[in-house]
Amino acid sequence: MFNLIPEPQNDTAIFLNGVSVRYRLPNERVATLKEYTIRLIQGKVRYNSFLALNDVNLVVKKGEIFGIMGRNGAGKSTLLKVISRVLIPTRGRVWINGIVSPLLELGAGFHPELTGMENIYLNATLLGHSRKEIKQKIQEILDFAEIGDFIEAPLRTYSSGMVGRLGFSVATAWLPEILILDEVLSVGDAAFAQKCSERMRSFRESGATVLLVSHSIDTIRSLCQRALLLEHGNVLEIGPASEVGDRYNQMIFGK
Amino acid sequence: MNNQTTPSQSIIYDSLKQRNLAVEELRSVFRYRDLVFQLVRRDIVTRYKRSVLGLLWTMLNPLGTMLILSIVFSQLFNMRGVYPAYIMTNLIAWNFFSQTTAASLNAMLWGSSLIKRIYLPRTSFVVSTIGTGLVNILLALVPLFFIYWVTGAPLHTTILLLPVSIFLLAIFSLGIGLILSTFVVFFPDVAEMYPILLTAWMYLTPIIYPEELLVNMFNGWLLRLNPLFPVIKVFRMVIFDGKVPALGEWGVAAGIALGTLLIGWVFFTQKSKSFAYYV
Repeated sequence: MFNLIPEPQNDTAIFLNGVSVRYRLPNERVATLKEYTIRLIQGKVRYNSFLALNDVNLVVKKGEIFGIMGRNGAGKSTLLKVISRVLIPTRGRVWINGIVSPLLELGAGFHPELTGMENIYLNATLLGHSRKEIKQKIQEILDFAEIGDFIEAPLRTYSSGMVGRLGFSVATAWLPEILILDEVLSVGDAAFAQKCSERMRSFRESGATVLLVSHSIDTIRSLCQRALLLEHGNVLEIGPASEVGDRYNQMIFGK
Repeated sequence: MNNQTTPSQSIIYDSLKQRNLAVEELRSVFRYRDLVFQLVRRDIVTRYKRSVLGLLWTMLNPLGTMLILSIVFSQLFNMRGVYPAYIMTNLIAWNFFSQTTAASLNAMLWGSSLIKRIYLPRTSFVVSTIGTGLVNILLALVPLFFIYWVTGAPLHTTILLLPVSIFLLAIFSLGIGLILSTFVVFFPDVAEMYPILLTAWMYLTPIIYPEELLVNMFNGWLLRLNPLFPVIKVFRMVIFDGKVPALGEWGVAAGIALGTLLIGWVFFTQKSKSFAYYV
Protein backbone atom coordinates (compact mmCIF):
# COMPACT_ATOMS: atom_id res chain seq x y z
CA MET A 1 0.00 0.00 0.00
CA PHE A 2 3.01 2.24 0.19
CA ASN A 3 3.64 2.18 -3.53
CA LEU A 4 0.24 3.78 -4.08
CA ILE A 5 0.11 6.35 -6.84
CA PRO A 6 -0.88 9.63 -5.21
CA GLU A 7 -2.84 10.89 -8.22
CA PRO A 8 -5.41 9.06 -10.38
CA GLN A 9 -4.10 8.14 -13.83
CA ASN A 10 -5.74 8.03 -17.23
CA ASP A 11 -6.75 4.41 -16.91
CA THR A 12 -8.05 4.76 -13.36
CA ALA A 13 -11.75 4.17 -12.76
CA ILE A 14 -11.92 4.33 -8.97
CA PHE A 15 -9.40 6.00 -6.72
CA LEU A 16 -9.73 6.15 -2.95
CA ASN A 17 -7.09 7.77 -0.80
CA GLY A 18 -7.23 7.61 2.99
CA VAL A 19 -11.00 7.26 3.03
CA SER A 20 -12.60 7.01 6.45
CA VAL A 21 -16.24 7.03 7.37
CA ARG A 22 -17.18 7.71 10.93
CA TYR A 23 -20.79 7.26 11.89
CA ARG A 24 -21.84 9.33 14.83
CA LEU A 25 -24.51 7.41 16.64
CA PRO A 26 -26.34 9.06 19.48
CA ASN A 27 -26.19 6.91 22.61
CA GLU A 28 -29.89 6.42 22.40
CA ARG A 29 -31.46 7.24 19.11
CA VAL A 30 -33.12 10.62 19.47
CA ALA A 31 -35.55 10.70 16.61
CA THR A 32 -37.81 13.56 17.50
CA LEU A 33 -37.12 17.24 17.61
CA LYS A 34 -39.01 17.50 20.88
CA GLU A 35 -36.85 14.89 22.57
CA TYR A 36 -33.70 16.36 21.07
CA THR A 37 -34.50 19.83 22.40
CA ILE A 38 -35.24 18.48 25.86
CA ARG A 39 -31.99 16.53 25.93
CA LEU A 40 -30.04 19.46 24.57
CA ILE A 41 -31.30 21.62 27.40
CA GLN A 42 -30.46 18.90 29.90
CA GLY A 43 -27.06 18.52 28.25
CA LYS A 44 -27.66 14.87 27.61
CA VAL A 45 -26.90 14.54 23.93
CA ARG A 46 -23.93 12.22 23.69
CA TYR A 47 -22.58 10.38 20.74
CA ASN A 48 -20.80 7.13 20.20
CA SER A 49 -18.68 7.17 17.15
CA PHE A 50 -18.17 4.15 15.05
CA LEU A 51 -15.54 3.84 12.37
CA ALA A 52 -17.15 2.02 9.44
CA LEU A 53 -14.18 2.55 7.15
CA ASN A 54 -10.66 3.25 8.33
CA ASP A 55 -8.11 4.82 5.99
CA VAL A 56 -9.00 2.87 2.88
CA ASN A 57 -6.70 3.20 -0.14
CA LEU A 58 -7.82 1.64 -3.37
CA VAL A 59 -7.14 1.98 -7.08
CA VAL A 60 -9.31 0.11 -9.57
CA LYS A 61 -8.41 0.34 -13.24
CA LYS A 62 -10.89 0.73 -16.08
CA GLY A 63 -12.28 -2.58 -17.25
CA GLU A 64 -11.23 -4.44 -14.14
CA ILE A 65 -13.55 -6.86 -12.41
CA PHE A 66 -12.80 -6.29 -8.79
CA GLY A 67 -14.06 -8.35 -5.89
CA ILE A 68 -14.97 -7.09 -2.44
CA MET A 69 -15.06 -9.58 0.41
CA GLY A 70 -15.66 -9.40 4.10
CA ARG A 71 -17.96 -10.56 6.82
CA ASN A 72 -21.28 -8.93 7.58
CA GLY A 73 -20.64 -5.51 9.03
CA ALA A 74 -17.08 -5.35 7.74
CA GLY A 75 -17.86 -2.15 5.85
CA LYS A 76 -18.64 -3.47 2.37
CA SER A 77 -21.89 -1.55 2.00
CA THR A 78 -20.32 1.62 3.36
CA LEU A 79 -17.51 1.27 0.82
CA LEU A 80 -20.03 0.89 -2.00
CA LYS A 81 -21.99 3.90 -0.75
CA VAL A 82 -18.86 6.01 -0.79
CA ILE A 83 -18.06 4.89 -4.34
CA SER A 84 -21.60 5.51 -5.58
CA ARG A 85 -21.56 9.05 -4.10
CA VAL A 86 -24.37 8.33 -1.66
CA LEU A 87 -22.11 8.89 1.31
CA ILE A 88 -19.56 11.67 1.49
CA PRO A 89 -16.62 10.29 3.50
CA THR A 90 -15.65 11.84 6.81
CA ARG A 91 -12.04 12.02 5.64
CA GLY A 92 -10.09 11.24 2.52
CA ARG A 93 -10.50 11.58 -1.19
CA VAL A 94 -12.88 9.75 -3.48
CA TRP A 95 -12.22 10.09 -7.18
CA ILE A 96 -14.50 8.34 -9.67
CA ASN A 97 -14.23 8.46 -13.44
CA GLY A 98 -17.57 7.54 -14.97
CA ILE A 99 -21.17 7.01 -14.09
CA VAL A 100 -21.67 4.49 -11.30
CA SER A 101 -24.65 2.27 -11.79
CA PRO A 102 -25.78 0.57 -8.61
CA LEU A 103 -27.64 -2.41 -9.95
CA LEU A 104 -28.70 -3.37 -6.47
CA GLU A 105 -31.54 -0.88 -6.51
CA LEU A 106 -33.91 -2.34 -9.04
CA GLY A 107 -37.13 -0.42 -9.38
CA ALA A 108 -36.36 2.09 -6.66
CA GLY A 109 -38.90 4.86 -6.89
CA PHE A 110 -41.56 3.02 -8.87
CA HIS A 111 -45.04 4.43 -8.32
CA PRO A 112 -47.96 1.97 -8.24
CA GLU A 113 -50.47 4.37 -9.78
CA LEU A 114 -48.36 5.24 -12.81
CA THR A 115 -48.31 3.06 -15.92
CA GLY A 116 -45.33 0.91 -16.76
CA MET A 117 -44.34 3.40 -19.45
CA GLU A 118 -44.53 6.37 -17.06
CA ASN A 119 -42.53 4.41 -14.50
CA ILE A 120 -39.79 3.72 -17.05
CA TYR A 121 -39.35 7.45 -17.53
CA LEU A 122 -39.48 8.21 -13.80
CA ASN A 123 -37.06 5.42 -12.90
CA ALA A 124 -34.59 6.20 -15.65
CA THR A 125 -34.47 9.90 -14.76
CA LEU A 126 -33.85 8.90 -11.13
CA LEU A 127 -30.84 7.01 -12.41
CA GLY A 128 -29.63 10.19 -14.08
CA HIS A 129 -30.70 9.73 -17.69
CA SER A 130 -32.25 12.48 -19.76
CA ARG A 131 -35.55 12.18 -21.56
CA LYS A 132 -33.74 12.18 -24.88
CA GLU A 133 -31.60 9.24 -23.81
CA ILE A 134 -34.68 7.37 -22.64
CA LYS A 135 -36.52 7.92 -25.93
CA GLN A 136 -33.60 6.39 -27.78
CA LYS A 137 -33.69 3.33 -25.57
CA ILE A 138 -37.40 2.88 -25.00
CA GLN A 139 -37.95 0.13 -27.58
CA GLU A 140 -35.05 -1.90 -26.27
CA ILE A 141 -36.29 -1.53 -22.69
CA LEU A 142 -39.78 -2.67 -23.70
CA ASP A 143 -38.47 -5.63 -25.69
CA PHE A 144 -36.24 -6.77 -22.88
CA ALA A 145 -38.85 -6.45 -20.11
CA GLU A 146 -41.50 -8.44 -22.02
CA ILE A 147 -44.40 -6.60 -20.43
CA GLY A 148 -46.49 -6.49 -23.60
CA ASP A 149 -49.75 -4.53 -23.63
CA PHE A 150 -49.62 -4.15 -19.85
CA ILE A 151 -47.14 -1.34 -20.35
CA GLU A 152 -50.03 1.15 -20.44
CA ALA A 153 -51.64 -0.29 -17.28
CA PRO A 154 -50.89 0.99 -13.77
CA LEU A 155 -48.00 -0.73 -12.08
CA ARG A 156 -50.21 -1.96 -9.22
CA THR A 157 -51.74 -4.46 -11.66
CA TYR A 158 -48.35 -6.06 -12.36
CA SER A 159 -47.06 -9.27 -10.88
CA SER A 160 -43.89 -8.93 -8.80
CA GLY A 161 -41.98 -10.71 -11.55
CA MET A 162 -43.09 -8.09 -14.07
CA VAL A 163 -42.03 -5.27 -11.74
CA GLY A 164 -38.63 -6.92 -11.29
CA ARG A 165 -38.16 -7.35 -15.03
CA LEU A 166 -39.10 -3.75 -15.69
CA GLY A 167 -36.67 -2.52 -13.05
CA PHE A 168 -33.85 -4.65 -14.39
CA SER A 169 -34.49 -3.58 -17.98
CA VAL A 170 -34.35 0.10 -17.08
CA ALA A 171 -31.29 -0.24 -14.88
CA THR A 172 -29.31 -2.17 -17.47
CA ALA A 173 -30.46 -0.44 -20.66
CA TRP A 174 -27.43 1.82 -20.58
CA LEU A 175 -23.94 0.53 -20.65
CA PRO A 176 -22.59 1.52 -17.26
CA GLU A 177 -19.01 2.68 -16.91
CA ILE A 178 -18.80 1.37 -13.37
CA LEU A 179 -21.18 -1.35 -12.33
CA ILE A 180 -21.80 -2.38 -8.75
CA LEU A 181 -23.11 -5.88 -8.30
CA ASP A 182 -24.16 -6.69 -4.78
CA GLU A 183 -24.60 -10.45 -4.38
CA VAL A 184 -26.46 -12.47 -6.95
CA LEU A 185 -29.23 -10.95 -8.97
CA SER A 186 -32.34 -13.06 -8.95
CA VAL A 187 -35.16 -11.58 -10.95
CA GLY A 188 -38.03 -13.50 -12.51
CA ASP A 189 -37.97 -17.02 -13.88
CA ALA A 190 -35.12 -19.15 -15.15
CA ALA A 191 -35.41 -17.88 -18.72
CA PHE A 192 -35.16 -14.29 -17.60
CA ALA A 193 -32.28 -15.09 -15.26
CA GLN A 194 -30.49 -16.47 -18.31
CA LYS A 195 -31.06 -13.18 -20.16
CA CYS A 196 -29.76 -11.30 -17.16
CA SER A 197 -26.52 -13.20 -16.95
CA GLU A 198 -26.02 -12.74 -20.71
CA ARG A 199 -26.40 -9.03 -20.27
CA MET A 200 -23.89 -9.08 -17.42
CA ARG A 201 -21.45 -10.90 -19.66
CA SER A 202 -21.85 -8.31 -22.40
CA PHE A 203 -21.17 -5.57 -19.84
CA ARG A 204 -17.92 -7.22 -18.92
CA GLU A 205 -16.95 -7.69 -22.55
CA SER A 206 -17.71 -4.07 -23.32
CA GLY A 207 -15.01 -2.99 -20.92
CA ALA A 208 -17.11 -1.73 -18.02
CA THR A 209 -15.50 -1.68 -14.61
CA VAL A 210 -17.30 -4.09 -12.30
CA LEU A 211 -17.29 -4.16 -8.52
CA LEU A 212 -18.53 -7.49 -7.35
CA VAL A 213 -19.55 -7.99 -3.75
CA SER A 214 -20.02 -11.56 -2.70
CA HIS A 215 -19.73 -13.94 0.21
CA SER A 216 -18.90 -16.70 -2.20
CA ILE A 217 -15.15 -17.13 -2.51
CA ASP A 218 -15.66 -19.28 -5.60
CA THR A 219 -17.60 -16.53 -7.40
CA ILE A 220 -14.91 -13.98 -6.65
CA ARG A 221 -12.13 -16.32 -7.68
CA SER A 222 -13.76 -17.29 -10.96
CA LEU A 223 -14.81 -13.80 -12.04
CA CYS A 224 -12.33 -11.34 -10.58
CA GLN A 225 -8.70 -10.63 -11.23
CA ARG A 226 -8.12 -8.74 -8.03
CA ALA A 227 -9.99 -8.45 -4.77
CA LEU A 228 -10.04 -6.68 -1.47
CA LEU A 229 -10.73 -8.06 1.99
CA LEU A 230 -12.34 -5.88 4.63
CA GLU A 231 -12.57 -6.47 8.35
CA HIS A 232 -13.92 -3.96 10.88
CA GLY A 233 -13.53 -1.20 8.32
CA ASN A 234 -9.86 -1.93 7.69
CA VAL A 235 -8.41 -3.26 4.48
CA LEU A 236 -6.75 -6.53 5.43
CA GLU A 237 -5.50 -7.33 1.98
CA ILE A 238 -5.61 -6.17 -1.62
CA GLY A 239 -4.23 -8.44 -4.31
CA PRO A 240 -4.89 -11.29 -6.72
CA ALA A 241 -8.34 -12.72 -6.15
CA SER A 242 -7.08 -16.21 -5.40
CA GLU A 243 -4.75 -15.02 -2.61
CA VAL A 244 -7.33 -12.76 -1.05
CA GLY A 245 -9.83 -15.61 -1.30
CA ASP A 246 -7.45 -17.88 0.62
CA ARG A 247 -7.01 -15.30 3.32
CA TYR A 248 -10.77 -14.88 3.62
CA ASN A 249 -11.18 -18.63 3.80
CA GLN A 250 -8.64 -18.77 6.62
CA MET A 251 -10.37 -15.94 8.40
CA ILE A 252 -13.81 -17.50 8.47
CA PHE A 253 -12.92 -21.11 8.96
CA GLY A 254 -10.17 -20.30 11.38
CA LYS A 255 -6.76 -21.74 11.88
CA MET B 1 -27.12 -5.17 -27.34
CA ASN B 2 -24.26 -4.38 -29.66
CA ASN B 3 -25.22 -0.81 -30.40
CA GLN B 4 -25.22 0.24 -26.77
CA THR B 5 -24.47 3.85 -26.12
CA THR B 6 -22.84 5.08 -23.00
CA PRO B 7 -24.58 7.83 -21.06
CA SER B 8 -24.03 11.13 -22.77
CA GLN B 9 -20.99 12.42 -20.93
CA SER B 10 -18.15 10.94 -18.99
CA ILE B 11 -18.22 12.49 -15.56
CA ILE B 12 -15.39 12.69 -13.12
CA TYR B 13 -16.38 12.99 -9.51
CA ASP B 14 -13.75 14.14 -7.06
CA SER B 15 -14.71 14.57 -3.43
CA LEU B 16 -11.83 17.04 -3.01
CA LYS B 17 -13.35 19.38 -5.55
CA GLN B 18 -16.76 19.50 -3.89
CA ARG B 19 -15.88 22.60 -1.91
CA ASN B 20 -18.82 24.74 -2.85
CA LEU B 21 -21.72 22.41 -2.20
CA ALA B 22 -24.38 25.03 -2.94
CA VAL B 23 -23.03 25.67 -6.44
CA GLU B 24 -22.37 21.97 -7.11
CA GLU B 25 -25.93 21.17 -6.16
CA LEU B 26 -27.26 23.87 -8.48
CA ARG B 27 -25.28 22.40 -11.38
CA SER B 28 -26.34 18.92 -10.48
CA VAL B 29 -30.05 19.71 -10.25
CA PHE B 30 -29.83 21.43 -13.64
CA ARG B 31 -28.26 18.31 -15.10
CA TYR B 32 -31.09 16.29 -13.57
CA ARG B 33 -33.79 18.71 -14.79
CA ASP B 34 -35.61 15.89 -16.56
CA LEU B 35 -35.93 14.16 -13.21
CA VAL B 36 -37.57 17.25 -11.72
CA PHE B 37 -39.92 17.29 -14.69
CA GLN B 38 -40.78 13.61 -14.21
CA LEU B 39 -41.43 14.12 -10.48
CA VAL B 40 -43.79 17.01 -11.25
CA ARG B 41 -45.45 14.90 -13.90
CA ARG B 42 -45.89 12.02 -11.45
CA ASP B 43 -47.54 14.27 -8.89
CA ILE B 44 -49.87 15.87 -11.43
CA VAL B 45 -50.75 12.61 -13.17
CA THR B 46 -51.46 10.65 -9.99
CA ARG B 47 -53.64 13.48 -8.79
CA TYR B 48 -55.59 14.30 -11.91
CA LYS B 49 -55.37 11.63 -14.56
CA ARG B 50 -57.11 8.92 -12.63
CA SER B 51 -60.16 10.98 -11.83
CA VAL B 52 -61.94 13.90 -13.37
CA LEU B 53 -62.97 14.89 -9.88
CA GLY B 54 -59.33 15.33 -8.94
CA LEU B 55 -59.11 18.29 -11.24
CA LEU B 56 -62.47 19.59 -10.11
CA TRP B 57 -61.54 19.32 -6.44
CA THR B 58 -58.52 21.54 -6.92
CA MET B 59 -60.88 24.23 -8.10
CA LEU B 60 -63.76 23.45 -5.72
CA ASN B 61 -61.58 23.34 -2.64
CA PRO B 62 -60.76 27.09 -2.43
CA LEU B 63 -64.30 27.87 -3.58
CA GLY B 64 -65.75 25.92 -0.65
CA THR B 65 -63.41 27.48 1.90
CA MET B 66 -64.13 30.89 0.46
CA LEU B 67 -67.88 30.31 0.68
CA ILE B 68 -67.79 29.27 4.34
CA LEU B 69 -65.50 32.11 5.35
CA SER B 70 -67.58 34.62 3.39
CA ILE B 71 -70.74 33.60 5.17
CA VAL B 72 -69.07 33.76 8.58
CA PHE B 73 -66.91 36.85 8.24
CA SER B 74 -68.30 39.18 5.60
CA GLN B 75 -70.66 40.81 8.12
CA LEU B 76 -67.93 41.05 10.70
CA PHE B 77 -65.34 42.79 8.55
CA ASN B 78 -67.73 45.07 6.79
CA MET B 79 -66.34 44.26 3.35
CA ARG B 80 -69.59 42.76 2.14
CA GLY B 81 -69.48 42.98 -1.65
CA VAL B 82 -65.82 42.42 -2.33
CA TYR B 83 -65.03 40.05 0.53
CA PRO B 84 -65.33 36.81 -1.51
CA ALA B 85 -62.91 38.15 -4.12
CA TYR B 86 -60.53 39.36 -1.41
CA ILE B 87 -60.43 36.08 0.43
CA MET B 88 -60.22 34.02 -2.73
CA THR B 89 -57.13 35.96 -3.84
CA ASN B 90 -55.38 35.50 -0.51
CA LEU B 91 -56.38 31.86 -0.22
CA ILE B 92 -54.81 30.99 -3.55
CA ALA B 93 -51.51 32.52 -2.51
CA TRP B 94 -51.76 30.92 0.94
CA ASN B 95 -52.64 27.50 -0.51
CA PHE B 96 -49.62 27.66 -2.77
CA PHE B 97 -47.34 28.42 0.16
CA SER B 98 -48.84 25.93 2.63
CA GLN B 99 -49.26 23.11 0.13
CA THR B 100 -45.81 23.33 -1.45
CA THR B 101 -43.98 23.59 1.86
CA ALA B 102 -45.96 20.72 3.40
CA ALA B 103 -45.49 18.68 0.22
CA SER B 104 -41.74 19.27 0.25
CA LEU B 105 -41.57 17.64 3.70
CA ASN B 106 -43.33 14.56 2.40
CA ALA B 107 -41.34 14.51 -0.82
CA MET B 108 -38.16 14.59 1.24
CA LEU B 109 -39.33 11.76 3.48
CA TRP B 110 -40.12 9.72 0.38
CA GLY B 111 -36.89 10.68 -1.31
CA SER B 112 -34.74 9.90 1.70
CA SER B 113 -35.24 6.20 1.03
CA LEU B 114 -33.76 6.81 -2.40
CA ILE B 115 -30.87 9.07 -1.50
CA LYS B 116 -29.38 6.49 0.82
CA ARG B 117 -29.21 4.06 -2.09
CA ILE B 118 -28.45 6.02 -5.24
CA TYR B 119 -26.90 9.37 -5.99
CA LEU B 120 -29.18 12.13 -7.19
CA PRO B 121 -29.34 15.84 -6.40
CA ARG B 122 -31.04 16.03 -3.04
CA THR B 123 -32.82 19.28 -3.79
CA SER B 124 -34.73 17.76 -6.73
CA PHE B 125 -37.56 16.59 -4.48
CA VAL B 126 -38.16 20.01 -2.99
CA VAL B 127 -37.74 21.80 -6.33
CA SER B 128 -40.28 19.48 -7.91
CA THR B 129 -42.95 20.34 -5.31
CA ILE B 130 -42.67 23.96 -6.41
CA GLY B 131 -43.20 22.84 -10.00
CA THR B 132 -46.31 20.96 -8.98
CA GLY B 133 -47.50 24.00 -7.02
CA LEU B 134 -47.10 26.21 -10.09
CA VAL B 135 -49.32 23.92 -12.14
CA ASN B 136 -51.90 23.90 -9.35
CA ILE B 137 -51.91 27.68 -8.94
CA LEU B 138 -52.58 28.12 -12.66
CA LEU B 139 -55.58 25.82 -12.32
CA ALA B 140 -56.74 27.70 -9.23
CA LEU B 141 -56.88 30.93 -11.23
CA VAL B 142 -59.98 29.56 -12.98
CA PRO B 143 -62.24 29.66 -9.89
CA LEU B 144 -60.60 32.94 -8.92
CA PHE B 145 -61.66 34.66 -12.13
CA PHE B 146 -65.04 32.99 -11.81
CA ILE B 147 -65.57 34.62 -8.41
CA TYR B 148 -64.45 38.03 -9.68
CA TRP B 149 -66.95 37.67 -12.51
CA VAL B 150 -69.83 36.52 -10.28
CA THR B 151 -69.34 39.13 -7.57
CA GLY B 152 -68.53 41.89 -10.04
CA ALA B 153 -65.23 42.66 -8.36
CA PRO B 154 -63.10 44.63 -10.82
CA LEU B 155 -60.03 43.15 -12.44
CA HIS B 156 -57.26 45.57 -13.30
CA THR B 157 -54.47 45.64 -15.83
CA THR B 158 -52.05 45.30 -12.90
CA ILE B 159 -52.80 41.59 -13.14
CA LEU B 160 -50.16 41.54 -15.87
CA LEU B 161 -47.66 41.74 -13.01
CA LEU B 162 -49.02 38.51 -11.54
CA PRO B 163 -46.19 36.33 -12.93
CA VAL B 164 -43.71 38.43 -10.93
CA SER B 165 -45.76 38.01 -7.75
CA ILE B 166 -46.09 34.26 -8.32
CA PHE B 167 -42.34 34.01 -8.96
CA LEU B 168 -41.55 35.71 -5.63
CA LEU B 169 -44.05 33.48 -3.84
CA ALA B 170 -42.47 30.42 -5.46
CA ILE B 171 -38.89 31.19 -4.49
CA PHE B 172 -39.94 32.13 -0.95
CA SER B 173 -41.79 28.82 -0.64
CA LEU B 174 -38.79 26.97 -2.05
CA GLY B 175 -36.54 28.53 0.59
CA ILE B 176 -38.88 27.61 3.45
CA GLY B 177 -39.39 24.15 1.93
CA LEU B 178 -35.63 23.55 1.87
CA ILE B 179 -35.18 24.61 5.49
CA LEU B 180 -38.06 22.41 6.63
CA SER B 181 -36.92 19.38 4.65
CA THR B 182 -33.46 19.64 6.14
CA PHE B 183 -35.00 19.39 9.59
CA VAL B 184 -37.31 16.55 8.62
CA VAL B 185 -34.36 14.35 7.61
CA PHE B 186 -32.98 14.55 11.13
CA PHE B 187 -36.28 14.79 12.97
CA PRO B 188 -39.21 13.13 11.20
CA ASP B 189 -41.66 14.56 13.74
CA VAL B 190 -41.25 17.96 12.10
CA ALA B 191 -43.76 16.68 9.54
CA GLU B 192 -46.28 16.23 12.37
CA MET B 193 -45.61 19.63 13.89
CA TYR B 194 -45.67 21.67 10.73
CA PRO B 195 -49.47 21.65 10.19
CA ILE B 196 -49.87 23.22 13.64
CA LEU B 197 -47.35 25.89 12.78
CA LEU B 198 -49.16 26.48 9.49
CA THR B 199 -52.47 27.05 11.21
CA ALA B 200 -50.93 29.62 13.52
CA TRP B 201 -49.10 31.25 10.60
CA MET B 202 -52.32 31.57 8.64
CA TYR B 203 -54.10 33.41 11.46
CA LEU B 204 -51.12 35.73 11.97
CA THR B 205 -51.15 36.73 8.32
CA PRO B 206 -53.93 38.81 6.77
CA ILE B 207 -55.46 36.01 4.73
CA ILE B 208 -59.05 35.87 5.88
CA TYR B 209 -59.27 39.31 7.42
CA PRO B 210 -58.32 42.73 6.16
CA GLU B 211 -54.78 43.95 6.67
CA GLU B 212 -55.97 46.89 8.78
CA LEU B 213 -57.05 44.49 11.49
CA LEU B 214 -53.50 43.28 12.15
CA VAL B 215 -51.45 46.26 11.12
CA ASN B 216 -51.33 47.84 14.56
CA MET B 217 -51.04 44.70 16.60
CA PHE B 218 -47.98 44.70 18.90
CA ASN B 219 -47.09 48.15 17.58
CA GLY B 220 -47.02 46.77 14.06
CA TRP B 221 -44.36 44.16 14.87
CA LEU B 222 -46.68 41.27 14.19
CA LEU B 223 -46.69 41.96 10.47
CA ARG B 224 -43.18 43.35 10.34
CA LEU B 225 -41.76 40.07 11.67
CA ASN B 226 -43.87 37.92 9.36
CA PRO B 227 -41.74 37.22 6.27
CA LEU B 228 -44.70 35.83 4.37
CA PHE B 229 -46.73 39.03 4.64
CA PRO B 230 -44.84 41.24 2.12
CA VAL B 231 -44.74 38.36 -0.35
CA ILE B 232 -48.48 37.72 -0.11
CA LYS B 233 -49.15 41.44 -0.18
CA VAL B 234 -47.65 42.01 -3.64
CA PHE B 235 -49.70 39.05 -4.82
CA ARG B 236 -52.91 40.55 -3.47
CA MET B 237 -52.13 44.08 -4.66
CA VAL B 238 -51.77 43.22 -8.34
CA ILE B 239 -54.99 41.19 -8.42
CA PHE B 240 -57.37 42.55 -5.82
CA ASP B 241 -56.23 46.11 -5.08
CA GLY B 242 -55.39 46.84 -8.69
CA LYS B 243 -52.34 48.79 -7.58
CA VAL B 244 -48.80 48.56 -8.79
CA PRO B 245 -46.76 47.90 -5.64
CA ALA B 246 -44.31 50.70 -4.87
CA LEU B 247 -40.65 50.06 -5.51
CA GLY B 248 -40.11 49.67 -1.77
CA GLU B 249 -42.83 47.06 -1.53
CA TRP B 250 -41.35 45.08 -4.41
CA GLY B 251 -37.94 45.48 -2.87
CA VAL B 252 -38.97 44.11 0.53
CA ALA B 253 -40.83 41.19 -1.01
CA ALA B 254 -38.02 40.35 -3.42
CA GLY B 255 -35.36 40.75 -0.73
CA ILE B 256 -37.18 38.43 1.65
CA ALA B 257 -37.95 35.87 -1.05
CA LEU B 258 -34.42 35.78 -2.46
CA GLY B 259 -32.85 35.87 1.00
CA THR B 260 -35.01 32.97 2.18
CA LEU B 261 -34.10 30.95 -0.89
CA LEU B 262 -30.41 31.67 -0.44
CA ILE B 263 -30.46 30.74 3.25
CA GLY B 264 -32.53 27.63 2.54
CA TRP B 265 -30.32 26.50 -0.34
CA VAL B 266 -27.06 26.94 1.54
CA PHE B 267 -28.42 25.40 4.75
CA PHE B 268 -29.84 22.42 2.89
CA THR B 269 -26.75 21.73 0.79
CA GLN B 270 -24.38 22.09 3.75
CA LYS B 271 -26.42 19.67 5.81
CA SER B 272 -27.01 17.31 2.89
CA LYS B 273 -23.45 16.02 3.39
CA SER B 274 -24.67 14.12 6.41
CA PHE B 275 -28.13 13.12 5.11
CA ALA B 276 -27.01 9.62 4.18
CA TYR B 277 -25.62 9.16 7.69
CA TYR B 278 -29.08 9.66 9.14
CA VAL B 279 -31.81 8.53 6.77
